[in-house]
Amino acid sequence: MERKVRVLVAKPGLDGHDRGAKVVASALRDAGMEVIYTGLHQTPEMIVEAAVQEDVDVIGLSVLSGAHMTLFPRVIELLKEKGVDDVLIVGGGIIPQRDVDELVKLGVARIFRPGARTVEIAEYLKEWFKCSSRASI
Amino acid sequence: MEDFEKIREAKKKWRDRSQKSQQRNALFQSISGEPVEMLYTPDDVEDTEYLRDLGFPGEYPFTRGVRDNMYRGRLWTMRQFSGFGTAMDSNKRYHFLLECGQTGLSVAFHMPTIMGYDSDHPRALGEVGRCGVAIDSLEDMEVLFDRIPLDKVSTSMTINAPAAILLAFYICVAEKQGVSSQKISGTIQNDILKEYIAQKSWIFPPEPSLRIITDIMAFCSEHVPRWNTISISGYHIREAGSTAAQELAFTLADGFAYVEAGIKTGLDVDTFAPRLSFFFNSHLDFFEEIAKYRAARRIWARVMKEKYGAKKRESLLMRFHTQTAGCSLTAQQPENNIVRTAYQALAAVLGGTQSLHTNSMDETLALPSEKAVQVALRTQQIIAFETGVTDAIDPLAGSYYVESMTNRIEKKAGEYFEKIEKMGGVIKAIEKGYLQKEISDAAYRYQREIERRQRIIVGVNEYLMENEKIEIPILAIDPEVERVQVARVKALRAKRDSGLVKSRLEALKKAAEGKDNLMPHIIEASRAYATLGEMIEVLKAVFGEYKEIPIF
Repeated sequence: MERKVRVLVAKPGLDGHDRGAKVVASALRDAGMEVIYTGLHQTPEMIVEAAVQEDVDVIGLSVLSGAHMTLFPRVIELLKEKGVDDVLIVGGGIIPQRDVDELVKLGVARIFRPGARTVEIAEYLKEWFKCSSRASI
Repeated sequence: MEDFEKIREAKKKWRDRSQKSQQRNALFQSISGEPVEMLYTPDDVEDTEYLRDLGFPGEYPFTRGVRDNMYRGRLWTMRQFSGFGTAMDSNKRYHFLLECGQTGLSVAFHMPTIMGYDSDHPRALGEVGRCGVAIDSLEDMEVLFDRIPLDKVSTSMTINAPAAILLAFYICVAEKQGVSSQKISGTIQNDILKEYIAQKSWIFPPEPSLRIITDIMAFCSEHVPRWNTISISGYHIREAGSTAAQELAFTLADGFAYVEAGIKTGLDVDTFAPRLSFFFNSHLDFFEEIAKYRAARRIWARVMKEKYGAKKRESLLMRFHTQTAGCSLTAQQPENNIVRTAYQALAAVLGGTQSLHTNSMDETLALPSEKAVQVALRTQQIIAFETGVTDAIDPLAGSYYVESMTNRIEKKAGEYFEKIEKMGGVIKAIEKGYLQKEISDAAYRYQREIERRQRIIVGVNEYLMENEKIEIPILAIDPEVERVQVARVKALRAKRDSGLVKSRLEALKKAAEGKDNLMPHIIEASRAYATLGEMIEVLKAVFGEYKEIPIF
C-alpha cells in the first residue's frame, strides 16, 4: 500500500500572511496527506532543519512579502548543502511571472499563484509522488 | 401603524403564488454564509423602533452616522495606504498622492520595521523596502515627511508592536518643523490584539504589549490630544478569511478589551475613549457590509454607555476608516479589480465611513503603480462628486432588507461576545486559539465554495482568459534599495553621539523594567537617533517575545 505523502508547509521570512498556507495545509490533509505546518517567521535554516527532521517528501513555501527571490534560493541552497536532492519544492504567494521563471530555473518545481485551486495542488503532488524515488522509501 | 399580521398573511399568499417561478442554481447566501431571503417586508423589522434603534445622525445610538451633518458637512478623508523603497521614494509618492487630491496620508512600513528589525539585521535580508517603506530611525522619518506640513496634514501609520516608536519619530519630525505635539493629528494602528488573531506581526507577549498601549493612551491624552491612539481593526481579521459577523464581533470585542485595560490602569474612560478609532474592511457583499457598519455604531454606543458608563458623547462614537477588500481582488484580468473596488468603496460610503482607502487594480501582483493608485483615488472622487450619494445621510435606512440585516448581524455579534466572555475574555480566547480557528475555518469553507463553483469569481473560476497577457505597468522594487538603506543605517550609527544613545537606551530599559510611562523615554532615545531595532532589542530583553502555537 502506498504511504501518505509527507508535506511541510512553511512560512519563511517576516511575512505574517498565513491564510493561504493554512487553507492549502487543510486541503492537503483532507486529500489524505501528512501535513506539517511550521508556523510563521521561519528562517530558511529552520525550514530545512524541520524538513530533514520530519523526513518530508515535499516542501511548500509561502511568501507574500516580496522577499521570495532571497528566501526560496536560500532554502534550495541549504538543502543542497545537506545533500537533500529528492524533495519536491513548490511555492505560492505574491510572485510575479518573471520571478516564477527564475525560480523554476533554480529548482522550484511549481509556483501556485493567486487563483490556484487546492484540488489542483493536491493532484499535482500525488502525481509527482507516484513517480518519485521517495515513493519507495 | 402597519398591520404586521396582515402583511405576514399576504406574504404567505404571495409565496404560494410565486412558488412555480424557478430560482437560479446559486447559494443565495451572503459572502459570509448568511441566507438571504428573496424578499424583505415590513414585518421583517417589526420590532425595530425608529427613535430607539435608529435615531438621528450625530445622536445616540448613532446608527445613522457619527456626525449630524455627515458628508454634507465634510466628506470622508481620502487616505491611500502607501509606502515602498526608501523614505525618499515614498516621500515622492506622497507628494504625488497629495497632488492627485488625497486629503490625508497613510504610511505602509516594510516588514523589518513592522517586526522591529533595522534594515541591516540578518532577518531583514531580502525584505527591505519590498512591502512598505524602510524606516530605521528619526533620520529616515525626516526624509519621509520632507516638505509635508504636519500642522496641515493628518497621518495614519499602520504600525502595531513598534507603534510607540513611530509615534515618537513623528512627534520629533513635527517638533523640527516647529509644530507642537498638541497640534499634530493622526492615527497609529497600535492594535496588538488583532495581531495575535489575524495580522500576525507581533513582537512582545500580550501583557507588556497592553502596557505599551495604555502608556500611549495616557501620554497622548495629555500631550497629543488630536491623535487617535488605536485603530481597532477588523480589516485584517476579514482578510484572514473571517465572516462579516466575526469581523464585527472580534473587532468590537478587542475594543472593549482595550477599554477595560485603560480603566484598569486607573484612567477615566472619558479621557481616552474619544480617541479610540476603528478600521473595517469593505468586502463585495454590498448590503451585508452596509449593515455591518451601522450595527457596529449602534453596538459600540450602547455598550460604552450602558456597560462602561461613558458620559462624554465623543466616547460613544464608533469613528472608522475603511479599506476595500484586498482579498477579493484577482490576479487574473486585473482591470476587473477597478470595478470590485468601486462597489466596495460605495458600500463604505453608504455605510458612513470617516476615511477611505481604495485598493489599486494591480495589488495582487505588486504594490500600486502611479497609474493604478490614481484610478483608485478617482474612484473615491467620482463617488463623492458625481453619484449624489453624499447628499442625504444614511440613505438606505428604512430599507426592510438593510435594517433586517443590521439587526441580524448585531444579534450574531452578540452571540460571539457571549462566547468570548465565557472563555474569560479576548486574551483567553486568543490563548485557546478560538478566534484564529473560527477565522481559518471560515477561510477554508469559502475556498471550498469557490472550488465547487458554488461561488463564482469572475476571471478565476468563470469567464477565464486563455494565455492572458498582463497589460498594465507593474511596480518593481529595485534590489539596490536594500543596499542603499543598509549603508544609510550603518552611516547613521557611525556619525551619531553613541554615548548619548547608550545612556538613552539604558534609561528606556529602566523604564520598561519599572512602571514609568515609556513614551518620554522613547522620544528621548529617538531624538538621539537610536534606531528602531535598538529600542526594540532593549524592550525585548525586558518583555520577552511572543510565540504562536501554529494550528490549522
